[in-house]
Amino acid sequence: MTNPTKLSTHDLNVFYDEKQAINNISMAIESNKVTSFIGPSGCGKSTFLRCFNRMNDVIPACRVEGQIMMGDQNINDQKLDPVLLRARVGMVFQKPNPFPKSIFENVAYGPRIHGLVSSKSETADVVEDSLKRSGLWNEVYDRLHDPATGLSGGQQQRLCIARAIAVSPEVLLMDEPCSALDPIATTIIENLINELQERYTIIIVTHSMQQAARVSQNTAYFHLGHLIEYGATKDIFTNPADPQTEAYISGKIG
Amino acid sequence: MVPATITNVFSLTVVLFLTAVIVFFIGKSYIVSLSQSQGMRPHSLRHYYGIYAAAWTFIPAIIVLLMWTALTQPVIARLSQSLLLDAYPDMNSAMLQLRLAQLQNISTGLIVAPDDTMRLIADAHAELRTYANDLKFVISLLVAFAGAGFAIRQIKPEQKARIKWEGFLRRLFFVAAAVAILTTIGIVSSLLFESIRFFSQYSMIDFFFGTHWSPLKAFSSSGGQSEIDGVVQGSFGMLPVMAGTLLVAFIAMLVAVPIGLFAAIYMAEFASERTRNIVKPTLEVLAGVPTVVYGFFAALTVGPFIRDLGFFAGMDISAQSALAAGGVMGIMIIPFISSLSDDVITAVPRSLRDGALGIGSTRGEMITKVVLPAAFPGLTGAFLLGISRAIGETMIVVMAAGVSAQLTANPLDSVTTVTVQIVMLLTGDTEFDSLKTLSAFALGITLFVVTLMLNVVALSVSRRAGGRY
Ligand SMILES: Nc1ncnc2c1ncn2[C@@H]1O[C@H](COP(=O)(O)OP(=O)(O)O)[C@@H](O)[C@H]1O
Ligand SMILES: [Mg+2]
Repeated sequence: MTNPTKLSTHDLNVFYDEKQAINNISMAIESNKVTSFIGPSGCGKSTFLRCFNRMNDVIPACRVEGQIMMGDQNINDQKLDPVLLRARVGMVFQKPNPFPKSIFENVAYGPRIHGLVSSKSETADVVEDSLKRSGLWNEVYDRLHDPATGLSGGQQQRLCIARAIAVSPEVLLMDEPCSALDPIATTIIENLINELQERYTIIIVTHSMQQAARVSQNTAYFHLGHLIEYGATKDIFTNPADPQTEAYISGKIG
Repeated sequence: MVPATITNVFSLTVVLFLTAVIVFFIGKSYIVSLSQSQGMRPHSLRHYYGIYAAAWTFIPAIIVLLMWTALTQPVIARLSQSLLLDAYPDMNSAMLQLRLAQLQNISTGLIVAPDDTMRLIADAHAELRTYANDLKFVISLLVAFAGAGFAIRQIKPEQKARIKWEGFLRRLFFVAAAVAILTTIGIVSSLLFESIRFFSQYSMIDFFFGTHWSPLKAFSSSGGQSEIDGVVQGSFGMLPVMAGTLLVAFIAMLVAVPIGLFAAIYMAEFASERTRNIVKPTLEVLAGVPTVVYGFFAALTVGPFIRDLGFFAGMDISAQSALAAGGVMGIMIIPFISSLSDDVITAVPRSLRDGALGIGSTRGEMITKVVLPAAFPGLTGAFLLGISRAIGETMIVVMAAGVSAQLTANPLDSVTTVTVQIVMLLTGDTEFDSLKTLSAFALGITLFVVTLMLNVVALSVSRRAGGRY
């Protein structure tokens, strides 16, 4: 079963100064599915992921060449405002990074700066809704105005997910969202990803093959800035076409 | 007699040090041979045994040396004084001081003795000094050898030389910290003591709430001065002085905070690496300008400029004004604020900025809504430290703010500050225990308490930031 394409890259190349980090990658991301990016450290997964919401713009040395289509719009067009794009393509980072504000203010932040809410009650509704969808509401509803930094690591990461979905993005990018978390918190987030998939297209970078197998329908394997293999997760894991993929999956390449 | 070139403190220190170095090697080879003959691995690495023995050689000896040096001087002075007093029975104290100084000079050969009596005493004096010096040499070497002998007898493989040495270091650091604290306590208690003397003669209420400050002059009309034993006293109501201090500090912060903060934001968030590497050191050069230079800039350039501006606007402004002093003081504080704030802002982690940008904040939103709030406690700390500098600053106000103690909120008036008044009270001819002099201590301790409170608030605010991101 294939869904329509949400995002696609065409001959994408990324450079850090002279050093090429991504080589000529063309791929299409299916909408409302979870796509996982796997591959050894330094192969360019994060760099590639950050292309989808133009976070590479923040790094002065970084240059992205090629097309990235979202609908019929090239989001890599330098004329396009990355600020608006980032509301449509949200991001969750490796290390939970709640703002040093209250839980409520963290979630309300995005809707406020994008003008999605105009009254107190509307804001409260969005906050409640986002916290419910990120599965955090039951744990924090009675202390919404406590500092977010007082939450546990796993709760903080779910708060960051709530913060991202509060602006109703279409795509969620997650860069190793569980690598700083314990196994129980990881399981909770993985279940959450499964639920979120109904409404959002999700791309997740992960270190753990098991996690890729558990949460994603599609998997892409990268090596040294090249896309080696891309397809349905179950095919990649049971029957990899490429020997490099096979070696990585069976643990022969770190 | 041991030659004087060896008995002076510096060469003796070198001698002791060299002895300690030799003892170090002795200790080190001693533990090696000991552990070989006993077939036992020493507890610590062998150089620790050397250090242990060397420390026992050097440290007690140097302490004895320093104490001897410090103690013999007054003893010799006392002895020669009694000799002098015997020889010249009716001398006043000034004459005695003069003769003591003469003695010193005669015995070092700078001058010749004016008469026989003096020469005899000078000879005795010189002999005493030689004797003390020889003794010093012998005693400190003896102590060094005793220490070395003691330490080397202690050395055996099971002895924990490293732990002993580290324990010594720990105590040494503790002593350093204690010295810092004790001097502070000493200063504060002397302030406190003199203030208490002041307040035993002058009412606290009149001091803290009085609105009339004129310590030097006696006013004919009322104005709060009092008469004790027929002597007309000044009046010491510190409110106008404190108000002047606060007014000048306020003007300074009005200049320094916006400019310093904006400069810091520019450096931390917008400047390229290259610009930053130029701008930041340049700003910090401003911090190295001596305050007296700011002072004459304020007094000779800014003050007259403001007066001339006022003249054109039809106002009569003195060249000395709170505005001139405060404005220039603000310029002085800018690098202080900008440098501290820049550090605080740069310390906000990358991940928070990424988080803000990743959800679609513009750069401006990221700075105002995430970075600055995260840096807020540190920034408050920087501002409060800036204020306490402004309050304690003296030179600029001495030169540019004037000396008239008036209770005013008008920045164009000339005002005086606590620090300026302290300078005025304690310079020139003063009797140490006059009320006027003592009032400087009362002002000093008030200033100290105010800045202390500011610093405590600054610390607690920035500490509350701990672990916030
Ligand atoms: N900011 C940067 N500046 C220069 N090179 C970078 C930067 N970030 C990543 N790289 C390089 O790009 C390559 C890909 O990095 P990355 O995308 O972080 O890999 P991954 O996420 O797969 O571990 C690596 O070789 C890395 O050294
Ligand atoms: Mg990565």
